[in-house]
Amino acid sequence: MPGLVIHVLDLLTALLQASIVVVSFARGYSRRYLTINLYLAASTIVLFLRYYILSRHGLLSEEYIYFYYYSDALLTIGLYFTLIGLYATVFEEMKAAQYLRVFTILLLIGTAAFSSAVVQQSGPRLITRYVVEMSQNLYFVGVILTYILWGAVLKLRETRTRVIQLVLSLGVYFSAFAGNYALRNLYPQLHFVWEFVPPTLGCLLPLSWAYAFWHIPEDARIAPSRLAVVPR
Amino acid sequence: MMAAVIFIFSAAALLQFFISYCRSLIAASSKQVLSAEVKDVTGIQRFASGDDFKRVMQLLQLCPERPEDRNSVQAIDAYFSLLNFLRSTVARIFPSMHAWTESERGQCAYFAAVALERRISFSRDMLAQQMDA
Repeated sequence: MPGLVIHVLDLLTALLQASIVVVSFARGYSRRYLTINLYLAASTIVLFLRYYILSRHGLLSEEYIYFYYYSDALLTIGLYFTLIGLYATVFEEMKAAQYLRVFTILLLIGTAAFSSAVVQQSGPRLITRYVVEMSQNLYFVGVILTYILWGAVLKLRETRTRVIQLVLSLGVYFSAFAGNYALRNLYPQLHFVWEFVPPTLGCLLPLSWAYAFWHIPEDARIAPSRLAVVPR
Repeated sequence: MMAAVIFIFSAAALLQFFISYCRSLIAASSKQVLSAEVKDVTGIQRFASGDDFKRVMQLLQLCPERPEDRNSVQAIDAYFSLLNFLRSTVARIFPSMHAWTESERGQCAYFAAVALERRISFSRDMLAQQMDA
């Protein structure tokens, strides 16, 4: 039964992600939001592979758990690139693309080194606490990067509604996952709850991105100062 | 210890991002003028009050759902619940917060009225398509 619920949620997420990519190509803005489309395409493939492994080996199998956490870590790194793409969009008038490229490479090397250090330290116990800790750290770095980007959006008075919604939904996603993994680290005994949270939270990002792409026109504008929790 | 710090920071960031995201949804719809028909049905003229929200949401549930706005309506419903919680707790201690929550609740009601307007025109389009078929 838990496997079936996760199957259905993952399948719906995969279909939604695939339809966002298809619509982006059809409407001709796939190049503009290239990193987002690449991430969604990669995530869709991973979800179908997870489905295949889950149906072959079962929810509690080592194969599924390994594949789940490794693919999750890789997708999170993929989300960093999506975030960098949004940084490039926000800073495009400042011609900061070259610096962002260097920053992206450094970030990737840093993340890979950090993840490798965690994996080496954990050894055979990777599936247990360490893998949760690694995911928690990856998502937390994502929260910090999104927070800096949101600060830049407010400071630079970025007015494009679609870009603002893409950044904010990414912030909600990263912080929800980081919080979830932190709670999971604090209360590992509640594993029956934590199994369901990632697939449920996983739907949120494609849902909010679908809304931003399909519902918000490219030329829609908004005053970012109106959105800050603390009035500016 | 590290996990607890990450949880606290993530929860605070989540709250801030969620509030800003909901406000971006509301701001995108606040420029839309309601039709005379929706004004009559909802009783909302130029500005909405937070007390209208529940009634407008009930009307909204009577209309067929538009797949595109389901997510945003649910997000605003959650945001309205959060505002109600703040209004009955923190706003009692800080009176300035009371005015802010009231204004935000009113904007949530206006967002729901705009969603109602869209659903009504969506239903009309569907009906017209069925009649043509």
